[in-house]
Amino acid sequence: MAKLKIEDLRKIKESKKGTLNLREGVYRAKVTVHMGTCGIAAGARTIMNTLITAIGENETDDVILTSSGCAGLCSQEPMMTVEVKDLSPVKYVYLDEEKTKKIFREHVIGGKPVAEYALSMGSETTY
Amino acid sequence: MEKQRKTYHTNLMICAGTGCVSCGSFGVRDALIEEIEKQNLSHEVLVATTGCNGFCAAGPLLVSYPDGVFYQKLQVEDVPFFVEEYLLKGRIAKKHLFVRPEDKEAIPAINDIGFFSNQLLVTLRNRGLVDPEIIDDYIARDGYMAAEKALNEMTPEEIIREVTEAGIRGRGGGGFPTGLKWKFCAGASGDQKYILCNADEGDPGAFMDRSILEADPHAVLEGMIIGAKAIGAHQGYIYVRAEYPLAIERLETAIAQAEEYGLLGDDILGSGFDLKIELYHGAGAFVCGEETALMLSIQGQRGMPRPRPPFPAHKGLWNLPTVLNNVETWANIPQIIFRGSEWFNSLGTEKSTGTKVFALTGCVNNIGLIEVPMGVSLRSIVYDVGGGIPGKRRKLKAVQVGGPSGGCIPESLIDTPVDFESIVKTGAIVGSGGMVVMDDTSCMVDVAKFFLEFTVEESCGKCTPCREGTQQMLHILDRITLGKGRPEDIDILLKLSAMIKSASLCGLGQTAPNPVETTIKYFRAEYEAHIFEKRCPAKKCKALLKFEVVPELCKKCGLCFKACPSNAITWVKKTVAVIDVDKCTQCMNCYAVCKFDSII
Repeated sequence: MAKLKIEDLRKIKESKKGTLNLREGVYRAKVTVHMGTCGIAAGARTIMNTLITAIGENETDDVILTSSGCAGLCSQEPMMTVEVKDLSPVKYVYLDEEKTKKIFREHVIGGKPVAEYALSMGSETTY
Repeated sequence: MEKQRKTYHTNLMICAGTGCVSCGSFGVRDALIEEIEKQNLSHEVLVATTGCNGFCAAGPLLVSYPDGVFYQKLQVEDVPFFVEEYLLKGRIAKKHLFVRPEDKEAIPAINDIGFFSNQLLVTLRNRGLVDPEIIDDYIARDGYMAAEKALNEMTPEEIIREVTEAGIRGRGGGGFPTGLKWKFCAGASGDQKYILCNADEGDPGAFMDRSILEADPHAVLEGMIIGAKAIGAHQGYIYVRAEYPLAIERLETAIAQAEEYGLLGDDILGSGFDLKIELYHGAGAFVCGEETALMLSIQGQRGMPRPRPPFPAHKGLWNLPTVLNNVETWANIPQIIFRGSEWFNSLGTEKSTGTKVFALTGCVNNIGLIEVPMGVSLRSIVYDVGGGIPGKRRKLKAVQVGGPSGGCIPESLIDTPVDFESIVKTGAIVGSGGMVVMDDTSCMVDVAKFFLEFTVEESCGKCTPCREGTQQMLHILDRITLGKGRPEDIDILLKLSAMIKSASLCGLGQTAPNPVETTIKYFRAEYEAHIFEKRCPAKKCKALLKFEVVPELCKKCGLCFKACPSNAITWVKKTVAVIDVDKCTQCMNCYAVCKFDSII
């Protein structure tokens, strides 16, 4: 390892930002995948993996991903809730890989909710 | 590492301070990693180790981010259920949540737990958030930015001015202004100077320095780099006791990583400034925490203090100008340089700025490592952070502050603000930060004896007042607790105290009588009960215990009879129990089981 210069310190700091944001609770958007037994059975794990990959590919470091239990609408699983700071939270239902990617692109990154997949808007904030 | 960070959605931070490690936190970590792999979650969940979380009594601890859920008392056998419940199903594993003692309510979020929310972290700002063995974690939290600023943008005078204006005072016990100490040393003539870190923490019940070193070793190294630049030193030593193997291991790792990154060694960060830091293992003599003794010990000689002046700032290690600061002081320095003296000044009180780390132990619900701003009341520490006294029938009696050099502050002074001046007014000292809470079962004579036994053992023997004086005081205390106290004993103790304090060579002797003096000052009646009535009000001094049953209070239940292991109690149904004093072994079983306080 070569000796560090000031720029290198900043680079290391930058590369760790995602991890630290997660630990410090600093984030712009929070995505909750509902992973009750019903959710898992309906494929919530795939949704989670899709999101993990998407975050990795986009090199996003201000989005945190979390899981929660059953949201009470077992028939409409897999579900997730997207909370972008300063916007109403949105619940999405009947998800699959493609829908998830689209929601990630347009809502999580772009800040525009995808109305066609949404169940409701404006309920249950978790922050 | 670059790749990993993108993928984890959850970070499980396992506490790996000495407290949790001794409860088996490494085993829990390994089990978690194994179970997470088994459930195919290893690309989603990161298991990381951190330094001491602070809530040592409830270890092994785990904090999960981003949720910020605090889990306590995790054991290896709990891991499969925990992983299934929390990571697979996304439910909080209730079994391991913190339960508030007052109302038995389980609190999931770490920030809602009084123990954590009532603290202010400056020195311990990285605790629980960084892995102390990964330098990049430290850098991510603005680590080494202050060193960079000091090395490339500030002159030594500017650094000293900043530290002086911050008003920080030595956290090792003395409370001497750090900026002033540096100024003396910077002004001393000579090219060769030394920068030292005192990690010879020896007070019974104190573990502040150990925890800082285990949780955030780089903060100490960074502080030393800044100090070295300020005084012009190029060689540093950390004097750490050999009893702290984990702290030593993490320091060694930290130094190696910093050297690899060029943050220690030659031409640090391209600034042209050189500094080498080495560890020196102390063998555990309490007196080696005294600065001149510590320096002799590094020189390979027997650790004994010498008279000052000359002060170490002029003639220290190998008779060359030296600055020695305590671990906690060093860990504060990067913050002062990075955020400025004004910010630091805004914390704490006018004459005691900043925060202080305390090791809170004894009869208190939340035992552990805490950091609070200077000037908060003892009451707030004991009740808000500490969660109060366990046991419904127990009452707070006193708080022992400052270890064997400190004193006992009685319940009546519980609103005393904790800062250097106010604590000294009570007769105790802030010291390095040991804080032992005592309830009404503690005998103050016994407490004074305990601390004096420690100083007698640890006195180096060089000067007579400390060597002989403390020994004599201990003899007197011994005889008081054995019921052989004489009427003049209290006066002799006070006379000896004054003499030892004024005539001893170093801080050890000068403060050794403090525990005795303060207990006499605030609990004189207790001493008098021992001496004149041959009675120990707290029921601690065995030789003075004589138990009897108060017939009016006795409900004739027979619990004491069943509890007595030496057949000293006679009881038949519906009669008052009687204790045979000759057979009684003072085991206190009957006293403890009696529900009606009828045994006295």
